[in-house]
Amino acid sequence: MGHSYTPGLRVAKRTVIAKDRILPLKGEVVNKIGDLVQRDSIVAKTDLPGNVSTINVVNLLGIQAMEIDQYMLKKVGDSFEKDELIAESKSFIKWFSTQIKAPLKGKIESISSVTGQVLLREPPIPVQVKGYINGKVTEVVPKEGVVVETVCSFIQGIFGIGGETWGTLKFAVKSPGDVLEEANITSEYKDAIIVGGAFADFAAIKKAIQVGVKGIILGGIKDGDLRTILGYDLGVAITGSEDVGVTLVLTEGFGKIQMAQRTWNCLKDREGAIASISGATQIRAGVIRPEIIIPYDDADLSRIEKEVHEAKPVAIGNQVRVIRQPYFGRIGTVTDLPSALTQIESETHARVLKVKFEGNNEEVTIPRANIELIEE
Amino acid sequence: MSKDIQAIIATDCGSTTTKAILIEKVGNEYRQTFRGEAPTTVEAPFEDVTKGVLNAIQEVEELSGRKILDGDKIITTVNGKVGVDAYISTSSAGGGLQMMVAGAIKTMTAESAQRAALGAGAIVMDILASNDKRLPHQKIERIRQLRPDMILLSGGTDGGTVTHVVELAEYIGAADPKPRLGMSYRLPVLYAGNKDARGKVKEILDHKMALTITDNLRPTLEEENLMPARLEIQNLFLEHVMAQAPGYKKLMEMVSVEIMPTPAAVGEIMQTIARLNSINVIGVDIGGATTDVFSVIGETFNRTVSANYGMSYSISNVLADAGLKNVMRWLSFDIDEKEVRDRIKNKMIRPTTIPQSLEELKIEQAISREALRLSFDQHKLLAVGLKGVQQTRTIADVFSQEGTGQSIIKMTELDMIVGSGGVLSHAPRRNQSMSMMIDAFLPEGITTLTVDSIFMMPHLGVLAKIDGEIATEVFQKDCLIYLGTCIAPAGQLKKFGQKIMDYKITMGGKTIQEDLHFGDLKHFHLGIGETAEVELNPAKNFDVGAGKGKTYKGTVQGGVVGLIVDGRGRPIEFPEDDQERKNIIKKWNQAMDLYPVY
Repeated sequence: MGHSYTPGLRVAKRTVIAKDRILPLKGEVVNKIGDLVQRDSIVAKTDLPGNVSTINVVNLLGIQAMEIDQYMLKKVGDSFEKDELIAESKSFIKWFSTQIKAPLKGKIESISSVTGQVLLREPPIPVQVKGYINGKVTEVVPKEGVVVETVCSFIQGIFGIGGETWGTLKFAVKSPGDVLEEANITSEYKDAIIVGGAFADFAAIKKAIQVGVKGIILGGIKDGDLRTILGYDLGVAITGSEDVGVTLVLTEGFGKIQMAQRTWNCLKDREGAIASISGATQIRAGVIRPEIIIPYDDADLSRIEKEVHEAKPVAIGNQVRVIRQPYFGRIGTVTDLPSALTQIESETHARVLKVKFEGNNEEVTIPRANIELIEE
Repeated sequence: MSKDIQAIIATDCGSTTTKAILIEKVGNEYRQTFRGEAPTTVEAPFEDVTKGVLNAIQEVEELSGRKILDGDKIITTVNGKVGVDAYISTSSAGGGLQMMVAGAIKTMTAESAQRAALGAGAIVMDILASNDKRLPHQKIERIRQLRPDMILLSGGTDGGTVTHVVELAEYIGAADPKPRLGMSYRLPVLYAGNKDARGKVKEILDHKMALTITDNLRPTLEEENLMPARLEIQNLFLEHVMAQAPGYKKLMEMVSVEIMPTPAAVGEIMQTIARLNSINVIGVDIGGATTDVFSVIGETFNRTVSANYGMSYSISNVLADAGLKNVMRWLSFDIDEKEVRDRIKNKMIRPTTIPQSLEELKIEQAISREALRLSFDQHKLLAVGLKGVQQTRTIADVFSQEGTGQSIIKMTELDMIVGSGGVLSHAPRRNQSMSMMIDAFLPEGITTLTVDSIFMMPHLGVLAKIDGEIATEVFQKDCLIYLGTCIAPAGQLKKFGQKIMDYKITMGGKTIQEDLHFGDLKHFHLGIGETAEVELNPAKNFDVGAGKGKTYKGTVQGGVVGLIVDGRGRPIEFPEDDQERKNIIKKWNQAMDLYPVY
């Protein structure tokens, strides 16, 4: 049979992670293989072409498009300062001539004798890519960027918003089932990444933003609160560029859902360390999950060996999380993997497995599509 | 190819799954015999589409006992149970073909350009036009941001405006967008506009982008010539876009004919059905991320893709655009609205899950009705006559003057609806598929409904390129499942219960003579291959295809579901009172025998 596997979210106490740090356009790579980089050091940089604006010189001067070259004071490729003259109509008396001044600093991109338009290009926009994690450069992609590897604790979330950030990992609640209340959030969490248990509502998240919290790690939030935070209803799960003042990583999903004990324990072990997190999520082609990377700064980076992580098929004894009703959010252990198709309540014939839940000995049948492995 | 063909293996590389089917000669006929599937392997860690293809084919090998692979190679000579005559494939992996189109006037050349791109199997990310009310710098910024796979530039009839077309070329040149896949290849731009502007467009774009020039897609206002642009788009897709995707170069060497974009292949087979049976057809393919709608009305083929309506990745978008109230109106039970919102978001982030409970299935099917409805609404907006065309009017037109650009889809003239995609093809009961399609498309008069049994239309679409006869034979014998016929008098009343039609149905030697009241939904068993004679007498404000109040007599086809007589009006009327609404939904569900519990 062809390979079938159930993708899971990784929760690893100690592993090796490689992060691509790549520019959006070709540019200059700062580091070489073997360099140790810091999360805030620049590893690659480039200049994005500046924005373009247009001036219809022909309309402004009241001339024919084909005559435009005669009236331009600057040619294609010429630079100019803001308010510098770039075109002027001819008149015997200077006072009567119409002058066109540059609305910004830049260069002439093109002059069209068909449309009479002049395109102005603003100065290039510098773009820098930072290390994001403390680690070692193990690969250089010429003119594009580097690959940084580190020994770390690594947790994948299921959904997030907001870009890359880092801060000290602090706990604002006492257990994975707790709710992060507005009152829990104090100024001691400024610049920190806080762990908030099962759930936080809009008031709590707003308070965190006010206090200056860099990131929040939670089991879940309400869809309605997400809408309030973003200011719109998110239609497709492609995130990471939101500018809401905080990065949010959900470990379980939407609703109030206790954070998996293993995730909680993994975070708890690293309390006080610096965590790099990203909320960027893309569920469609090229899957990107939000992530929490907590490097071990004392690890011997000179001895990093590349880790090959392969998705494995689900097996009896695996710990799994149920990811759909009626047992959504519950965690248990696989006890049986019947191979025949089984009819479930919805009358669908599906491949199923049996799971014994944590906390009690309840054993239920669940479609294999509705669980995910909690992977090391 | 000749009728000596013994076996063909076909794959469709989707965003998440690669599906393989085997077509074999069984006795004197061609049948689809085995299928296999495997996860698509375009993404890391595999980054080679052929791995998923080989896995899917391997599954077919194991099930069929036919040896198809020799290591990583397909055996393309047949010797008994070894080898196949041809290997063909379609692809929508990596998000399919994403295009931006531009034209001088939004409702004329830009709209024609949009139709050309969609018909070629693309997703249209944005439509630029000289009169789209955006400022030049906003247009430039937009082109830069989107990073399409390809741009189609049109504009101007031959001999018409040059300035507007050149202006658009200048914007594209200034934006100099980088392609989505691969940092170093040049973005393909196809110019299909005023031939008088070709020189200038070349001057502006040729040194920056991979410019190709083809025939004007709107040579005159009265004429749309989309085929040259469509074919060129598909060529460019293969040469430039696909060649950048991981493993595609290898795949292109493996296939016997060129790889087609999946929606283009589905469009091909839809047109074949319509042509063979001389009927008007609407087809829909509802996926996880997008919903494609196809129509073949007379000689005109149209395709639209609702890029953000689907049942998993885009499910939240369906909710956002349809509104929660429209989703909830199909449910017969109480559930907290916030809970529904959270569940839909959870499906978005875990798109491969399936409904385990009956309640979950009902919610999912309610959303699918709305996704199909919204996608069909979008299709009707684009499947229109040409705008800006001069019309000759007579005195008789004074009281019924229709503007140009009217929708060409008239529901009473529609003969068949074909459904495809997981939620329709894999619904636990076929009655559910038929019900979802009736509720979303609101057929009027007499309409046959069918579904694609296991989603093999893409494979058959590309097969039609090498052998139309085999493709048609397999399509009719193994692909299409006839669900039955829907009889729906079109019209509206304020209150349920009033008589809107009487009818006589003769089938299997028996005649049923009944009245249909407003709000009724009736289901009669009429099996596959069976027919019934019907005589329908609608009330004076209702039309069943022959005109308001006019009798219709004819023959209707059966199917796995049978005959549905739908008296719910068009559009379907829902009671204002919530309890009454739930009761009527239960009644309708029961009439259609949709679920084990209502």
